[in-house]
Amino acid sequence: MRNRLVIVFSATIGLLAPVPVIAHHTGSTLLSETTVTLKGVVKTWLWSNPHCLLTLEVKGADGQVVQWVAEAQAPNSIYPAGYRPNSFKPGDQVTVTVNPVTNGRPYGRIASVVLADGSKLGGEGRGRGAAAQ
Amino acid sequence: MVRVLMLMVGLLSALVFPVNAFAQNSPTTWPDPVPDRRPVAEKDKKPAPRRTIAGMWGSRWGNQAKGVQLRPNDGSPENELPYTPYGRQLYQAHRPVEGLDAVPPAQTNDPRLSCEPLGFPRYNHYDLGVQIFQDEYKVAILYHYDNRWRFIWTDGRSFPKLLDGGVDIDGQFREQRFFGYSVGRWVDDYTLEVQTVGTLPEDRVWLDNTGRPISDKARITETFRRLDHDTLEWSETIDDPEIYTRPWQAMKIPMTLQDPRTDVLSRYCSPYETDAYNKAYGDSASGK
Repeated sequence: MRNRLVIVFSATIGLLAPVPVIAHHTGSTLLSETTVTLKGVVKTWLWSNPHCLLTLEVKGADGQVVQWVAEAQAPNSIYPAGYRPNSFKPGDQVTVTVNPVTNGRPYGRIASVVLADGSKLGGEGRGRGAAAQ
Repeated sequence: MVRVLMLMVGLLSALVFPVNAFAQNSPTTWPDPVPDRRPVAEKDKKPAPRRTIAGMWGSRWGNQAKGVQLRPNDGSPENELPYTPYGRQLYQAHRPVEGLDAVPPAQTNDPRLSCEPLGFPRYNHYDLGVQIFQDEYKVAILYHYDNRWRFIWTDGRSFPKLLDGGVDIDGQFREQRFFGYSVGRWVDDYTLEVQTVGTLPEDRVWLDNTGRPISDKARITETFRRLDHDTLEWSETIDDPEIYTRPWQAMKIPMTLQDPRTDVLSRYCSPYETDAYNKAYGDSASGK
């Protein structure tokens, strides 16, 4: 019985485990492997092809406000991870983890988002179609 | 006796009215706009219907961003393609944003990023999700990416002869097309084999996101095998003597049948939106 429970539990976890992301477009030459966590205020959220864009105003330790632009994949790729056209509105307080671009400018690829109410949006979606093949 | 009769009625109903995998939702709802149904478990597999590949199909392998599914452009010797000298020269002239030789978007010459049609077979290699319809004459494939569609003729017509700059069809010269000319035949009740020629030349289209080339001398063979009711295996072999020294298999993707009521999200390449994206992000991120 115990073994059966373990198998069922493992299988369930297997189903829940995120599927590896197959990224596209702005390629790996641009992005750092490291992540940066930004706490800021949403300025705009563009739900669009080829990529969605979240513009944030982030106050640094020196009190200066820096505008960051964080990209996500296309709507059909991020929809399964919980993103929607109305996920953000101007003035929302959010925490965004990004892989920044390597040239040091305030741009990056969204890894994950925590909304003001504490709910989390995943990184990228599973992409089109079925998983675990 | 009553119990036996009820059992028989139940069994009969199950046979006559098979369970529809998509019937659990109310017919009045809008399913999620992203086809995301997973492969069916072995125990739930049902027999494939005869001579049809119609349906909405998706796969996690659809986005072959790192190069074609079976030969990703990752630098490993087994995935090196058998280039001719001309093919290698072309590859080296391409500046892709994905793969081994990727460049920042601001430096690319990928026709996709200026919203040119991808051409065939590249539509098979980028964000592959399709709706397939068919009738007694043809199979129509509607690609979700950029809302493009193609016909595969299955009515027994002759196969076009490849010529310089076009094809010969019943003695008439016809022009090259982004999707070329596709003719299919049923090899058996569950396998449709399709040949395509007459596609665009190598200065107009690429094979994949990583800048691999393909020419208008290519003959592409696709095989659609209906493995079971919910699974369609889509294979593709490239035979392009101008670019590759021998034919090679580019993909063999198990597609999963999706909810036919799915009203998919928009996935256009819009020059307007692409320009806005580049101004807001792509150019600065590239260091332009």
